[in-house]
Amino acid sequence: MSTAESIRAGDIRLASRLIRNLEDKNPRAREVVKELFPYTGKARVLGLTGAPGAGKSTITDYLISSYRATGQRVGVLAVDPTSPFSGGAILGDRVRMQKHALDRGVFIRSLATRGALGGLAAAVDDAVHVLDAMGMDCIILETVGTGQSEVDVMNNAHSVLLILTPGLGDEVQTLKAGIMEIADLFLINKADQKGASKLYQELMRMLNMAQEHHAGWRPPVLLLQNIDHTEEFSEQVEEVRNKIDEHYQLLLDSDILGQRERRKARLQLGNSLRASLLDPVIRQLEQSGEMESLVQQIVDKSSDPHSLADELRNRFLR
Amino acid sequence: MAQKNLRVMVAKPGLDGHDRGARVLARSFRDAGYEVIYTGCHQTPEQIVEAALQEDVDLIGLSCLSGAHKHLFPRVVRLLEERDAGDIPVIGGGIIPDKDISYLYEQGIREVFTPGTHIQTIVDWIENNVASREAL
Repeated sequence: MSTAESIRAGDIRLASRLIRNLEDKNPRAREVVKELFPYTGKARVLGLTGAPGAGKSTITDYLISSYRATGQRVGVLAVDPTSPFSGGAILGDRVRMQKHALDRGVFIRSLATRGALGGLAAAVDDAVHVLDAMGMDCIILETVGTGQSEVDVMNNAHSVLLILTPGLGDEVQTLKAGIMEIADLFLINKADQKGASKLYQELMRMLNMAQEHHAGWRPPVLLLQNIDHTEEFSEQVEEVRNKIDEHYQLLLDSDILGQRERRKARLQLGNSLRASLLDPVIRQLEQSGEMESLVQQIVDKSSDPHSLADELRNRFLR
Repeated sequence: MAQKNLRVMVAKPGLDGHDRGARVLARSFRDAGYEVIYTGCHQTPEQIVEAALQEDVDLIGLSCLSGAHKHLFPRVVRLLEERDAGDIPVIGGGIIPDKDISYLYEQGIREVFTPGTHIQTIVDWIENNVASREAL
């Protein structure tokens, strides 16, 4: 059996190894993705984003249970930040999801950002394809803890859930561009804490200001509270899932799904093109040691980054 | 800083909730440049092994302060073997009496680090003994 066939047959360790080789930009890993790609396109992709500690992993955990109850297979890609100093990372999202560890219908893979600043990791595009080809019905993307501008998840997910908590800033924050614009659903988590109704009102006013909502979808604002009462919390997450399903149905009915797929395909082609053109050049410069002398020329002002890039382009792209 | 690009799992099997040591290690491995999968307390060996496969780790570090290490550590090694993943090395630490250490070696635990071990000693051991997984 080829690697791709084994992965499709359910070899989770091999799937995880492939994702790792993709993270490491191993050229052979791209070959496997080529083989898997014809089997992709069936999974629904959800994106969960929000500040650190907002509750992304916990809500992911409950959503997994909810989708599993309907018999769907669930894949999770959970991203945590890479240290800018050591290159290491603590990937701790599984802590909240361990009750699914023994469920063969759930596959959870943690990824480190490795320098990506958009809230995801560079390998996520391909990792989604891997999970899709493995037959996951639902793929949940959990971003790193985000602030205002990490919006990459919108390019990978069919539905984006933005998880907010009370107590962060005034109404002007809801008017700002960036992450507040990408939500298909707003969740106010920890809504039993002070300030939740104020946040709810602020979001309502923000949504009321919109001239029109994309495809007529006004993002709902849902409250989640009393995590200590597991049953009550589960019921609230059921409500979230109903809204997600409603949104997905709208995507299907309105051809927004098609538009989003086109946007994603365009971006991925661009990313892949940059990787196949640039990565080999940079690798060669690093390996030959030429990179150091180029860097030195910039540092001692004997040249500049643009002139050097032009020279390299002329040399490599003939 | 470490030279290797490793994925290392730090897990606490069994019922004890004393995770300070595990957290210190996770943090130190992060600072050594490893990607650390941290799963938290109260894990069964089954959960640990399943997570290790899903995360494609190069090493599993187990921490146990409850006294159940003689049961739990070997169980992780056995389950890995059953899943054709006996190549993943398992190391352990915590409150491990000296007299138990040779038993753990016999059971396939590759190394045991007891309280007072310098963190650099553990990182050095990993650098010398753990290989990053082969590419596909």
